[in-house]
Amino acid sequence: MTKDHALTERHRTAYLFLLPSLILLTLVAAWPLLRTIWLAFTDATLSNPDINWVGLENFKGVLSDPDWWHSVRNTLTFTFISVGLETLLGLGIALLLHREFFGRGILRAAVMVPWAIPTVVSAKMWSWMFNDNYGVINNILQKLGVIDGPLAWMADNPALSMAAVVIVDVWKTTPFMTLLILAGIQSIPLQVYQSAAVDGASGFRTFWKITLPLIKPALVVAVVFRCLDALRIFDLIFIMTNNSNDTATMSVYARNNMIAFGDLGYGSAASTLVFAFIAIFTVIYVQFSRLNLVGGSSEKVSL
Amino acid sequence: MLWLFVIVVSAFSLFPFYWAIVSSLKDPSTMFQVEYWPSALEWSNYSSIFKEQPFGKNIWNSILVATSTVLLCLFVGVLAAYSLARVEFRGRGLLLALILAVSMFPQVAVLSGMFELVKSMGLYNSWGGLTLSYMIFTLPFTIWLLTTFMRQLPRELEQAAIVDGASSWTVLYRVFLPLMGPSLVTTGLLSFIAAWNEFLFALTFTLTADARTVPVAIGLISGASSFESPWGRIMAASVIVTVPLVVLVLIFQKSIVSGLTAGAVKE
Repeated sequence: MTKDHALTERHRTAYLFLLPSLILLTLVAAWPLLRTIWLAFTDATLSNPDINWVGLENFKGVLSDPDWWHSVRNTLTFTFISVGLETLLGLGIALLLHREFFGRGILRAAVMVPWAIPTVVSAKMWSWMFNDNYGVINNILQKLGVIDGPLAWMADNPALSMAAVVIVDVWKTTPFMTLLILAGIQSIPLQVYQSAAVDGASGFRTFWKITLPLIKPALVVAVVFRCLDALRIFDLIFIMTNNSNDTATMSVYARNNMIAFGDLGYGSAASTLVFAFIAIFTVIYVQFSRLNLVGGSSEKVSL
Repeated sequence: MLWLFVIVVSAFSLFPFYWAIVSSLKDPSTMFQVEYWPSALEWSNYSSIFKEQPFGKNIWNSILVATSTVLLCLFVGVLAAYSLARVEFRGRGLLLALILAVSMFPQVAVLSGMFELVKSMGLYNSWGGLTLSYMIFTLPFTIWLLTTFMRQLPRELEQAAIVDGASSWTVLYRVFLPLMGPSLVTTGLLSFIAAWNEFLFALTFTLTADARTVPVAIGLISGASSFESPWGRIMAASVIVTVPLVVLVLIFQKSIVSGLTAGAVKE
């Protein structure tokens, strides 16, 4: 009887403790999201308080705007290339950091620095380095004889601007990737490697047959986190290549319409599409990761 | 071979920061010559950043926003994490999944709704509006991480206290909180860095130069014409805001790494 009483008291307190968080998250997440979706069906503007329902008009407008599809393509290109490079580099550096050597601590600290620097600051630092006339990158490339004259990184050439943005993102987020992968590698028991060594497995075979399957869950999580981040990228692109259609992503497109052009309804339609896009990606991942976890454990057994 | 790799990786990681320092110490006449070693130390960029715009005020805004975000987040988050980690109730798994789902929201997806919310609460162009809106990305991972940490503490801890008739409040503040120092530091640091670096909300919910946070102030520094940016000043400002952060990260390297990986590796 008293135990039951204690249990219900405990539950009541538990709900009470949850309340502030739930109120805050409803206020700053659920409400603004629903409100944005609702605004997407209206003709709201920043300056006009009169709001009229316009149905699917805004969505039709966005979906028939070539600039929107351009931004979708840019976002996908950016995500695919940068996350791909970050994964490969992250894996390489993580394997390196896993080994014992002199100077490992320094290297580990060095790769943390880019992660700590605010995105806006990295965007500015690199914009200066990419400067066509006075930038250090053109200077180095010319000294090395890779290029004859200075390249205009941030102007004219869409491929070059995209490359510049990808380089900065890779520089900034590879540390995050490295850390997640390294944590995965370090959770592998040492005995697994020892028995592989006894069996005479080569380094490459050990990596391919043991390390990679065992870190697959950590790797998948890291890649998904990064993809979610990359798909909604805004600040880096806004600062480095402001208002250039060549690199504008979905988030940049949505904000420009919403705030810069003041078309709240139209911009909200675009951001609703961004949300739908990322939600679908997340659902696919959750579905896929369930299957994957089963696959991962069976591989463990077969060792 | 290994050494070469170490040098290349370190150089790639550190060079941009080094370059920002070198560039910030140049005077306007040598600014546009590429020199790999500063020929003279010129501090005028550092003084002009404070003279020509309210950069001191911007730093203060950033400190205020980031600190209040951390405090609010930790207070509310500890309460929620206690319920989620230590009390069994129906719908707990679903609630955790929902909270995690919020952290996947793209910021732009809530932008217009949040803009209205901030305006209607009278918080537009003030640090309060930023602190409130930052909850959307700091609170989910704070709750998630603290729940993970709290779950690892042994059951016996609270059982003795509960048998003695202690309330949940007492259990939380007398038993758990003293043990959670390191995890609070980790979570607090991650929220601080996230709030310090945020750009999209800070850009959209502030209007005047006085109300801006550091990333927006740096992002919007411009010269006399749009074709010539005052690079020396931009680099000086960048160095000023980055140095404390780099020092922080190097000191708390271990706890930051544990926080970043806790959610991802452990179930």
